[in-house]
Amino acid sequence: MRRLTWFNATSLTLGFAFLYIPMIVVIVYSFNESRLVTVWGGFSTKWYGELLRNESFLDAAWVTFQVGFFSSIIATILGTMGAYVLVRGGRFYGRTLFSGMMYAPLVMPEVITGLSLLLLFISIGLDRGMFTIILAHGTFAMCYVSVVVSSRLVSFDRSVEEAALDLGCTPFEAFRLVTLPIIAPAVISGWLLALTLSLDDLVIASFVAGPSATTLPIKVFSSIRLGVSPEINALSTILIGIVTIGTIAASLSTKRSVMRRQREERMAEQAG
Amino acid sequence: MPQTAFEPWNDPAAKPLIQFRNVSKRFGDFTAIDDLSIDIFEREFFALLGPSGCGKTTMMRMLAGFETPTSGTIMLDGQDISPIPPNKRSVNMMFQSYALFPHLTVYENIAFGLRRSKMPNEQIDARVKQMLKLVQIEKFGARKPDQISGGQRQRVALARALAKGPKLLLLDEPLSALDKKLRQDTQFELMDIQEKTGTTFVVVTHDQEEAMTVASRVAVMDHGKLKQVDTPDRIYEAPNSTYVADFIGDVNIIEGYATKQGDTVSIAWSEGNSPIIGTPSKPIANGKVSFAIRPEKIAISAERPTDRNNVVHGKVLDIAYLGNLSTYHVALPDGTIIKAQTANSRRRSSRPFTWDDEVWLSWTDTAGIVLES
Repeated sequence: MRRLTWFNATSLTLGFAFLYIPMIVVIVYSFNESRLVTVWGGFSTKWYGELLRNESFLDAAWVTFQVGFFSSIIATILGTMGAYVLVRGGRFYGRTLFSGMMYAPLVMPEVITGLSLLLLFISIGLDRGMFTIILAHGTFAMCYVSVVVSSRLVSFDRSVEEAALDLGCTPFEAFRLVTLPIIAPAVISGWLLALTLSLDDLVIASFVAGPSATTLPIKVFSSIRLGVSPEINALSTILIGIVTIGTIAASLSTKRSVMRRQREERMAEQAG
Repeated sequence: MPQTAFEPWNDPAAKPLIQFRNVSKRFGDFTAIDDLSIDIFEREFFALLGPSGCGKTTMMRMLAGFETPTSGTIMLDGQDISPIPPNKRSVNMMFQSYALFPHLTVYENIAFGLRRSKMPNEQIDARVKQMLKLVQIEKFGARKPDQISGGQRQRVALARALAKGPKLLLLDEPLSALDKKLRQDTQFELMDIQEKTGTTFVVVTHDQEEAMTVASRVAVMDHGKLKQVDTPDRIYEAPNSTYVADFIGDVNIIEGYATKQGDTVSIAWSEGNSPIIGTPSKPIANGKVSFAIRPEKIAISAERPTDRNNVVHGKVLDIAYLGNLSTYHVALPDGTIIKAQTANSRRRSSRPFTWDDEVWLSWTDTAGIVLES
């Protein structure tokens, strides 16, 4: 292995410091005994205990989880369908317009998306609550899913689908038995992306959320306006922990599947 | 007792399996297939040969059902197949990329079509095992397509396409992904399998050697039209145009002016050279002609041969040594270059000619083809 030059080592250190120092500060202060956020008062885990006793945080977490779960499923189904039609549907009238419209929400400021959804819900008389957040998140996350899935669809050999048709599948069977299993990894990563976006979202949720439902980002944001409490630090640390474990697990499983594939290819060569 | 040759195309009573009747296919302004009619018979191994963009793949995709003709009809077994979608046709296709399902095992790939036809499981199992045996990959049934070699994948694709016992099997550049040695072995295997199963094969290829080896008849295509449809030996020995002569194998083409002399014609082609004597396959009028002659029909010698009418003198310009054969590029005094080929039946050290040697080229009256331009 090549050794790092001093230049590369410095860049690496600076870059990672820039990314991770803020998080490290949060993690360190979550174990602070003192109520004052900026004064170190000794090691303690009492804020984690406080957090678990705080009903309103737990409620918000539960709402966030449900919203994330349902909205990401809606986004995945709609996004995959959209991507399939736009990539495979051939040239139909207005296709360019449709694909433009599919991707427009990606660059639309969230404030506008949130505001327009709010106006829509009010005009059709839908009470704001968890249901409206699910709809709103499903709507804005489906474009992301569609981008991820269509990039996979573009790169995979069309003739595999034609082979399925040729062997007697109806177009729907070809999709279910051949296309879907092949694009499954992209669909899953689209789903994870939609889930993350939903868990993350503050702007759109604060437009469409009602008094009956508050998501975790809204709760955090509104409570730090009253001053940063050590409980928020504890909550952030837990979230950082979950994300870290998730990322490590995902990269390990990718690495293992790559290694398995390489092993199989070697086997094939020997058998060849 | 002599076996009757397999030549249904010469039998007026034979009923064709596939009929293209005045079929055209246009993509926007581009005409891929231009008013094409052809009959293909049962049990034939039919090759569509041509350069890329000549329309051969479009013809195959119309047979499979992935494209519909702009005009004209395609009949399969006496039935117009244009309105039938690909999944309802008794036609299967082996794709150029093989298009194996990467998430299914070899066994399940082959069983895929059978499972769609609601066949009972025991029958499917028997059929898949039979196919695995036919293409000699019994050992690999449990593997995924990623876990086998390119040659094995080609076999899986063939077995999968044959499993449903189609009336017609389409093969799109079936051997192009294999290396040369494997390709040659597989060609013979393919012919063997075609004979065993009795299926009609239509193969699309740009490789003339492959088409010549495997096919009972070859159709040479260019710009959406059929140039010639004939047996491989007729295509090679009696091409009907300079295009076909030039596309199949190596050829010298000499332009000249023909004058009839009984059964033969005398072709004036260059000042200072005596006219070429050729034998046209059908009577032709006096006028401009192309004389096409294969390099291997031209003899090369150090002394002037006395027993032949067609003799020219030149200097060896280049030698292409191919191992079994050598091609000599001989420049005549007027600048014309003629290729002559000899078999290297002796070892290299004893080969007679080298660069800049003065040589005589000669050929018989019937060695070349006279084509009206």
